[in-house]
Amino acid sequence: MNVRVLAICLVGWAGPIWAQGFAGLGTAADGFAMPERPATFSFPQDHGAHPAYRIEWWYLTATLTGPDGTEFGAQWTLFRSALAPREAVGWEAPQLWMGHAGLTTPEAHFSAERLARGGIGQAGATADPFVAWVDDWQMVATDAGAADALDALQVTARGADFAYALDLAATGPLVFHGDGGYSVKSGEGQASYYYSQPFYTVTGTISLPEGDIPVTGNAWLDREWSSQPLSEQQEGWDWVSLQFDDGARMMGFSLRQTDGTAYTAATWIGADGVTESYPDGALVMTPLARSEVAGRMVPTEWRVELADQGLDITTTPLNEQSWMDVSVSYWEGPIRMTGTHAGRGYLEMTGYE
Amino acid sequence: MLYTALSTLFSHWRHHTGQLAALVMGLALATALWSGVQAINAEARDSYAEAAATLGQDRLSRLTGPNGGDVPLADYIALRRSGYLVSPVISGELRLGEARLRLLGIDPLTAPPEADPPALQDETLDLAAFFTNPGLILMTEETAGGPLPPGLPEIVISDTIPPSAAITDIGTASRLLGQTDPSYLLIAPSQPVGLPPLALATDLHLQPPDSAADIGRLTDSFHLNLTAFGLLSFAVGLFIVHAAIGLAFEQRRATVRTLRALGLPLRTILISFGVELAGLALFSGLIGLILGYAIAAALMPGVAGTLRGLYGAQIPGTLGFDPIWALSALGMTLAGAALAGAQALRRTAALPLLAPANPRAWATASGRAMRRQALVALLLFGAAIGLALWGGSLLSGFATLAALLVGAALILPATLGLILRLASKSVAGALGQWLFADTRQQLPGLSLALMALLLALAANIGVSTMVGSFRGTFVGWLDQRLAAELYVTVADSDEALRLRAFLGDRVDAILPIASVERPLAGRPGEVFGQADHPTFRENWPLLQAQPNAWDDLAAGEGVLINEQLARFADLDLGDALTLAPALTLPIVGVYSDYGNPAAQAILGLNRFTDMFPDAPQTRFALRLPPADVAGLATALREDFGLPTEAVVNQTQIKRFSLQVFEQTFRITGALNVLTLGVAAFALLTSLLTLAGMRLPQLAPVWALGLTRAQLARFELARSLILAALTFVLALPVGLCLAWVLLAVVNVEAFGWRLPMSIFPADWLRLFLLALGAAALAAALPAWRLARMPPTTLLKVFAHER
Repeated sequence: MNVRVLAICLVGWAGPIWAQGFAGLGTAADGFAMPERPATFSFPQDHGAHPAYRIEWWYLTATLTGPDGTEFGAQWTLFRSALAPREAVGWEAPQLWMGHAGLTTPEAHFSAERLARGGIGQAGATADPFVAWVDDWQMVATDAGAADALDALQVTARGADFAYALDLAATGPLVFHGDGGYSVKSGEGQASYYYSQPFYTVTGTISLPEGDIPVTGNAWLDREWSSQPLSEQQEGWDWVSLQFDDGARMMGFSLRQTDGTAYTAATWIGADGVTESYPDGALVMTPLARSEVAGRMVPTEWRVELADQGLDITTTPLNEQSWMDVSVSYWEGPIRMTGTHAGRGYLEMTGYE
Repeated sequence: MLYTALSTLFSHWRHHTGQLAALVMGLALATALWSGVQAINAEARDSYAEAAATLGQDRLSRLTGPNGGDVPLADYIALRRSGYLVSPVISGELRLGEARLRLLGIDPLTAPPEADPPALQDETLDLAAFFTNPGLILMTEETAGGPLPPGLPEIVISDTIPPSAAITDIGTASRLLGQTDPSYLLIAPSQPVGLPPLALATDLHLQPPDSAADIGRLTDSFHLNLTAFGLLSFAVGLFIVHAAIGLAFEQRRATVRTLRALGLPLRTILISFGVELAGLALFSGLIGLILGYAIAAALMPGVAGTLRGLYGAQIPGTLGFDPIWALSALGMTLAGAALAGAQALRRTAALPLLAPANPRAWATASGRAMRRQALVALLLFGAAIGLALWGGSLLSGFATLAALLVGAALILPATLGLILRLASKSVAGALGQWLFADTRQQLPGLSLALMALLLALAANIGVSTMVGSFRGTFVGWLDQRLAAELYVTVADSDEALRLRAFLGDRVDAILPIASVERPLAGRPGEVFGQADHPTFRENWPLLQAQPNAWDDLAAGEGVLINEQLARFADLDLGDALTLAPALTLPIVGVYSDYGNPAAQAILGLNRFTDMFPDAPQTRFALRLPPADVAGLATALREDFGLPTEAVVNQTQIKRFSLQVFEQTFRITGALNVLTLGVAAFALLTSLLTLAGMRLPQLAPVWALGLTRAQLARFELARSLILAALTFVLALPVGLCLAWVLLAVVNVEAFGWRLPMSIFPADWLRLFLLALGAAALAAALPAWRLARMPPTTLLKVFAHER
């Protein structure tokens, strides 16, 4: 099977992030549920899968540091894509799953991918007890008595030449983006349900070809699901999650549109977990320097401005070549910043052909 | 100037359309036979590669259940959840009456890249539909056209799927076959870092990759056979071309002389000849391509049947068109034409401006050439003997054949000359003496055509002797080997128990046939467990055996092996053979095992069951009075409920085996007839060539009082004498050929040696056929001679210088 064709097929429905100019899909006619305002969540159920929606993901990024101060980055993602809005048992279950794992060092970037079908136990996500998995990669709740199921997690993945096992402990609450978790993705109203747990501290081990390295750091988990494709005018997106040294956090994305403009949104998260959401236009992301990555030019240095919070920073990557060499490839890696704020974060860029 | 030369030379063909036809036909036939065979070979090879690529079967190891059965779904999931990259396949056969379809259900999400079915890389395939009930099913147009079982989802035509198979999503296959557990798991060659070896992680049975190379190696001999035939036909075709070009050269001698006397440079004349030849070759080559394609398309179903029956290789019975094939065949035609025309061109170049036509001088000069040829022939015979004795490979077997045939062809003119000289001495009467002397005189001109006839006759004798020997041995062997009256297959050991109860005393004996696949002497092989029973003791075809072989076998103290294994591993009676790590036994007998390419060994059933307790005993040979066979077969199907094909009677197997056998040699037979036809045609063109040149020798005889009709009869007689002599010489060559095929080529290609039988009745038939061909070839020139106006004969004297 040409995995690339399949993955395009998979993420063809993958809505806001992935589909580049994907159009022509009916919405309500397919029987998939649509995100609605106001967003209401029910936990722990909503930590699990929502088979009635077309696309969903559990997306973890971690900024890590080794004992000698060397910085690393780790990514763990599980995508769910539904061919039909239902769950079933057996080979013909219409739910497809895709896992991506990445590990970044200053010198190298490792990536791996797993595909699976639902219905047979090879991949899935259950809310209680919480576990999201594909093959032996998993994100599993480790403290049954925690206030929230996501408060304590263990995350593992393994590729051809790397592996990691990370223990996560949340030090703050879940935060909800957009309008209480209803996150608008375009001027035409495309939207998704979107919440995060940005307050993890991490301890764990990463395995590189050179050997095992103990690491500590911070991590950020995104949960998002929807049924709608990107707007026809949107060709890709640039997304950042930032952890400032003062304890505050920020999530921001800029959806690049074919007319050269961008649709942006941001959530400022205080150290206490109090959020402020910013509509289109408040966040400004400007590419500064481009690098040649996997045979194409990708902006690896950004100026990120959020005037309302007095933010004006320049981000630089830990490794310019943080290329996820999977079916549908993209750039995803840890960053540092200079300017009005200090801290670390993660940058994701899609749609650079 | 070139144009003038060309048009002058070419005008010759307008007056000699028959000759032109001979030239074109010779080249076209040569191209047709060669390209036809090549097309068949290429098609078959493509199919092997395709079949191998279907699921990367040649490259990937598999996991199966303990008895080669299904893998429990939970085991598959457990392996995935431990991190191992394995991919499930649900395969099975869908049947309804005549309709059969081999279904491969794959999981594209986990399939390793090596197992990429090319059909799924087609970007136009609707993958969402492929995954979603009711799904899609991919097969070739040919498969889709055949009778298909009902209830299939939408069919997508893809020409990269093997014949009578279909690929679909594992979910669809699961639904159609009613099976949830994977039939087997494909193992990705590279596994993630840090996992213990797969063998330690599972109880499933690890099966190393099927070697597609094995099919390639096995069928290579078959294709080599075809190629050899193709080349032979090509060579015979070139004889025709050589004769036709030689004739045209002789007839245009005067024209060339005139052109040169008029001042045309020799270079221009040679270029004109070259252009003319190339043009004719291209034109004939194209006709040959069309013919070749037609021959290949006509033979293809037979070839497919043969390969399927003999080796289990699946190839479609249809033919694709490959431009590279066409170009290479045309190239071959051009090269062949150049070779055939080289002599004529050389002679034109060497032609003195005012040379008289002098056939007798030419014949004397050829005497030296004949002696040289005879010497080369003797060297080739020496080489053939050496290769046959010390060669030891398939290629050297074919080299032996080539040396033998070429040597025989080369020595033919000298031998015929000798025989004719001796014969002429014993003939009384001037006319008889003249007949033999004149025949000898014609030898150089006819020698090439006679060589072609010799090759065709020898090939015919050789191949028909081989096929006949094979057939006789094979039929006898089938009778011995298939001694039981009924063969029954059940689904599992529970059903086997019920079967035994059901059969009770309806049969004289129930003989289980159990087998496991085991490497034998480092080669894939099979070990059988065989019960001790008079059926085997009295019938089993042993080639060599120790006196108490059957007792040793029954006691589990010895093992029988097939001839293939004995030959390939160089094993002899008394040698030790390792059947399993803990089991090494002496060889007590070697049996013949025709039609099976793999190594095989037989163990006493008790010992077998001890060693391989997991091997399923689901096949049985039943002994019963022949009169009861039909009744019991019906009872097993209707009362016991076995599927039709699970109960097979001996006659059915024999009939099927013989069908496979006949199929195998049908192509050989067809090519044989074609080669003989081409040889007859070569003889005709040569005789036509000579007819014109011989007038100066015939005219004096006519002037002495012989009638034209008498002369014509002599012409006919001469052809018959030559054909008869050629046949007599071809007979030993053909028998040598048969011996090499049976004792050298067969051993190398199949691993068995066959006793040679001879079939004099076939020879008689062939002898008559050869005479008929010669008579037919001589008829036209003889008829022309009988009808020749006396003035033409008189002109000879008028032109005498």
